[in-house]
Amino acid sequence: MNLWNRLMCMARRRSPWLFHMNSGSCNGCDIEIVAALSPRYDAEQLGVRLEGSPRHADILCVTGPVTRKAAGAVKTVYGQVCGPKAVVAIGSCPATTNVFIDSRTLVGPLDKHIPVDVYVPGCPPRPDAIIAGVAKAAEILAGRGRNTAPASSATATVTPDFSPAVVQASSPPSGISANGEREGQP
Amino acid sequence: MNPLLTALARLLIFPGLLFAVPAAWFYLWVERKSVALMQQRVGPPFMQPFFDFVKLLGKSTPPRPGIAGLLMRFWPLIAVSAAAGAVGLLPVLPSSGGFEGDLILLLALLEVPSICIIAAGFSSRSIFGEIGSAREAALSISYNIVFLLAIVSIAAAQHTFRLEALAGMRPSFLTELAIIAILVCLPAKLHINPFSLPNAEQEIYAGPMTEYAGPELAMWELAHGLEWVAGTGLVATLVAPHVTAAWLAAALFVAFSFAAVILLSVLAAATARLAIDSSVRFYWQCALIFTVLAISSAILVRLRS
Repeated sequence: MNLWNRLMCMARRRSPWLFHMNSGSCNGCDIEIVAALSPRYDAEQLGVRLEGSPRHADILCVTGPVTRKAAGAVKTVYGQVCGPKAVVAIGSCPATTNVFIDSRTLVGPLDKHIPVDVYVPGCPPRPDAIIAGVAKAAEILAGRGRNTAPASSATATVTPDFSPAVVQASSPPSGISANGEREGQP
Repeated sequence: MNPLLTALARLLIFPGLLFAVPAAWFYLWVERKSVALMQQRVGPPFMQPFFDFVKLLGKSTPPRPGIAGLLMRFWPLIAVSAAAGAVGLLPVLPSSGGFEGDLILLLALLEVPSICIIAAGFSSRSIFGEIGSAREAALSISYNIVFLLAIVSIAAAQHTFRLEALAGMRPSFLTELAIIAILVCLPAKLHINPFSLPNAEQEIYAGPMTEYAGPELAMWELAHGLEWVAGTGLVATLVAPHVTAAWLAAALFVAFSFAAVILLSVLAAATARLAIDSSVRFYWQCALIFTVLAISSAILVRLRS
């Protein structure tokens, strides 16, 4: 591996830009993503930036159990994210459809439609678990070359060539300094 | 010394690319870090803008056929080269060359990235890009009147359009007024709060940059950083006292630019985004009066002398 590749891997690990997509979530996980970016948890220490456009993003954060209406949009937005890219499923809904299982308005879970790299379970997951998930996805991204990522015109038939990582809530990433976490909070 | 060699050294070494590109990354970091500190966060690591740039270089871009795709690749390159040229024109070191009328070239080059952003938004064919470009155009014709009048008032008071003569001028009440007017225009030129309308994050996705990805976006980020260096550098050359030692002149330039960056970042962190009509009204109603005062007094001073 030459110097440029090593530099590129380091840059990918240290500069994950997120695009947040709601596929029919109850907004619980969305609030937790916002909390992860807030001064209390400060995900920007890891270089995380929430981007307005999926074209700028590296990591797609999907919340919600993928409703019938949202399935097309999820695939479109996944195609709009330029490679190399990673997908983080935030909350129990995109992983298993959670309490909405067997609902006729759902076509989830998420991995039926796009390849998922990291699952962050919880209903909703804690912000530090979300940051840990994003850090894990950034590491996966660093190991993925320019040509090994699925092409930008991804469809539901694309299958991931990796085993998804599951992030537990009790594993905050290294390098994050807790910003005045009070005791006695749930 | 050969004037061509001097010009090349200014463009490529100092204050040109070799100095300006790391300085651009540093200023972008200072902006983000100072906002973070004001919000009681830790903020991004020191090398963050560099890593962002390298990462964007390694990303793929969607296939873009036709002339629009070609234009979308060229706009960011034009913006970067114009901003780098503007930085190279700054009269940082004493007796470093320059020519009569280089102020006009500097003003033109400072304007090119803004025009590129307008054109880029429209050529991306994205509705959000078009909204952002329209906002940029409206903002540009508001702040530019104030910006140009302020600079012309300094030039009229000094009887010259030569940057080196302006850098060596004695400070007076008139020039201070004009420098304040330039500082008021810089947030709009750099698209930071309270005038971050064109690229209003989340509000209109990413404005003119919505469709840009990978290396093109990296070039836009670099052009933005170079605009920071050029804009704050212009203020620094006007404010800095005239010294003969080259190293002292360079140190003063860096120090005054850094102070301007801190001032603008604090302003950006402390304010929220204004609506487009409030921004346009601010420049046409509030700021314009002072610059008209400045230019009329400059002309009066000139008539009297």
